[in-house]
Amino acid sequence: MDVPAGYYLILAAALFTVGLVGVLIRRSIIVMFMCVELMLNSVNLTFVTFGRVHGNLDGQVLSFFVMAVAAAEVTVGLALIVNLFRLKASTDADDVDGLRS
Amino acid sequence: MSHLLLAASEAVPLSDLASAPGGSPAALAWLIPVVPAVSAGLLMIFGKRLGRVSALVAVAAMVVSAALSTSVFVHLQAQPTDARSFEHTIATWMSVGPLTIDWGVLVDPLSTVMLLLVTWVGLLIHIYSIGYMHGDEQYSRYFAYLNLFAASMLVLVLGSSFLTLFVGWELVGLCSYLLIGFWFERRDYATAAKKAFVVNRIGDVGFLISMFVIFGAFGSLSFAGVLPEAETVLGAGSVTAAVICLLLFVGAAGKSAQIPLHVWLPDAMAGPTPVSALIHAATMVTAGVYLVARTSPLWALNPGTGLLVAYIGAATALVAALIACAQNDIKKILAYSTVSQLGYMVIGVAIGDQVAGVFHLLTHGFFKALLFLAAGSVMHAVANQTDVWLMGGLLRRMPITAITAGIAVLAISGFPFLSGFFSKEEILVAALDTPGAQPVWFIGALVAGLTAFYMTRWFVLVFLGNPRWTSIEPAVHPHESPLTMTVPLLVLAVASAAGGLINAQGEDGFLHHWLEPSVQLYRGDQAFIEHGIAATSVVIAGLLGIGLAYLLYTRRWRRPAPATGLTGFAQRAFAVDTFYEWSVMRPGRFVAWGSEAFDRRGIDGLVNGLARGTGGLATFSRRLQTGFVRSYALAVLAGAVLVTAMLLGSGLGR
Repeated sequence: MDVPAGYYLILAAALFTVGLVGVLIRRSIIVMFMCVELMLNSVNLTFVTFGRVHGNLDGQVLSFFVMAVAAAEVTVGLALIVNLFRLKASTDADDVDGLRS
Repeated sequence: MSHLLLAASEAVPLSDLASAPGGSPAALAWLIPVVPAVSAGLLMIFGKRLGRVSALVAVAAMVVSAALSTSVFVHLQAQPTDARSFEHTIATWMSVGPLTIDWGVLVDPLSTVMLLLVTWVGLLIHIYSIGYMHGDEQYSRYFAYLNLFAASMLVLVLGSSFLTLFVGWELVGLCSYLLIGFWFERRDYATAAKKAFVVNRIGDVGFLISMFVIFGAFGSLSFAGVLPEAETVLGAGSVTAAVICLLLFVGAAGKSAQIPLHVWLPDAMAGPTPVSALIHAATMVTAGVYLVARTSPLWALNPGTGLLVAYIGAATALVAALIACAQNDIKKILAYSTVSQLGYMVIGVAIGDQVAGVFHLLTHGFFKALLFLAAGSVMHAVANQTDVWLMGGLLRRMPITAITAGIAVLAISGFPFLSGFFSKEEILVAALDTPGAQPVWFIGALVAGLTAFYMTRWFVLVFLGNPRWTSIEPAVHPHESPLTMTVPLLVLAVASAAGGLINAQGEDGFLHHWLEPSVQLYRGDQAFIEHGIAATSVVIAGLLGIGLAYLLYTRRWRRPAPATGLTGFAQRAFAVDTFYEWSVMRPGRFVAWGSEAFDRRGIDGLVNGLARGTGGLATFSRRLQTGFVRSYALAVLAGAVLVTAMLLGSGLGR
């Protein structure tokens, strides 16, 4: 049974929106971080979908790249969060406003 | 310096004149200004270390100059009458196309006479200054300036072209600024120095423009290239000649303090008194008269110009004499007297009798130097008081000063057979003989009477009567000045008394024959009335003035109430300064304020406004940086949406 590509795209859009809204409205850095991951993976899903639509592997190759980058990002991001927590004793994004003038 | 020596020994004669053999005094004339100039330089550098010795260095330099001048004079006298002019080129100053300007000296009878006056009177003033400036903190600086002043005047006198003369002319202006403002700690003195400098600049502009015109007409600026050619190039009655002469007179009026540029001279007494003597007698003010006498061939082309200038001189003489009658300051009376006598000299040189003008310049140099030095001696005795109403009765306290001053007063008043009598009489006779100048003679005679009046008033108030200096606080004990001051007084007294003898015979006098090759006389020779009557009238006017002043002022001992009416008007120098203040200074200040405000508000305002605008923009955009990560994320989203919308809108996305 063939699921139409449109469904995948709608699912990806929904995931992306969830991620985006989460980044914008949640104050916990860890949740924001997870939401970013969610957005990345929704894009991966889009890539794979279009790869299948076009009948080649370009979309899958790109999604592998995204996964690799996301893995690297997770290591750096989690390290940052750990250090921030040590510094500020909180994981609230709004407490980190040292760059404000 | 050695190449200068070499060049100077190659004397370059004027076209039709004999050359001076190398090593003759005339060929060494260029040393006359150089020696005091070098001494001035040395004193400026080493003066502090030399201390009191610096006076000796300065005096020695003047002795060398005076000796050289005298030897030049003796040398010239040994030459035949028509071979007494030498021009020596020392070095080329600039050479531009057809124009070559040399550093050169012109030694001729006229410049030699001036040399003698400047060096000898200058020397006496230097010697006098040793005593007068005793104890001043700036002793060596004073002598350096004094030497430089003498050197500048010598450059002016010896210059062989208009431009070298102009160099001396400007240097003299600079030195007068330095010396008038010598005690610059006092604000009004510094202002007086500035005033002298600025007023002189006005005259200098006239002189400069006249040089442009001369160069345009003659293609040369050297005296040898202009003066002998004047008649052939321009022709009699030439308008160009009149323009040149009038512009030259603007310069001369600045230096020689003629109306309307006379305002600086009375203020110039802010400097030390010997400096006033130097400015008023030997240097500076005589420069204008010398310039007119030097350029006589140009003036001869247009006697009408000379007549006009003579009237200006007469007006100056009269106005200054009237002002002098109302002054109460020992030096101001003398200062206005100088302005008045300069008017006399200008009458002489402008009316076409340069000999009479230069003759009066010489005799005036003697007695005015003497008067100022005597005034300095008096001020020395009464703790630098200058109010004549605080003096009196000093004859017994300081007899040498009083008697020498008395001789000078008689000489300037035209007392028979003293120097002023001869020189004034000659100027008046020249005015009498020149058609159209008879009113000048009348004014001159009147001024002679006024001169006698105010000088006698001066003498009586200072030296005769009961002593009023007893009221000076703290108490002073007047005493005769030291020898260094009285000896110059005595020498000048002899010169003032006997100085007239150098030209006592008028047309046949020594000075007349001596100057004849240098100047071109153009005075008229139609006697208006008998000369005898004219001369007598001057003597009578002089005696009347002396008698009147004596009668008036030997009786009134108390200081009169502050003068009102016409006397008060004269005391304020006919409000010329006020007039200039309102007509020139205040509008000038207004323009300056306006420019300043425009610069500050307009131009600076534009620049500052731009800077402030940028700053404001930055302050505003700074607020965008909230530091909240989520708002940044929102901005990113908004940007992404915007870009997407634009892509869709422009159809690029399709």
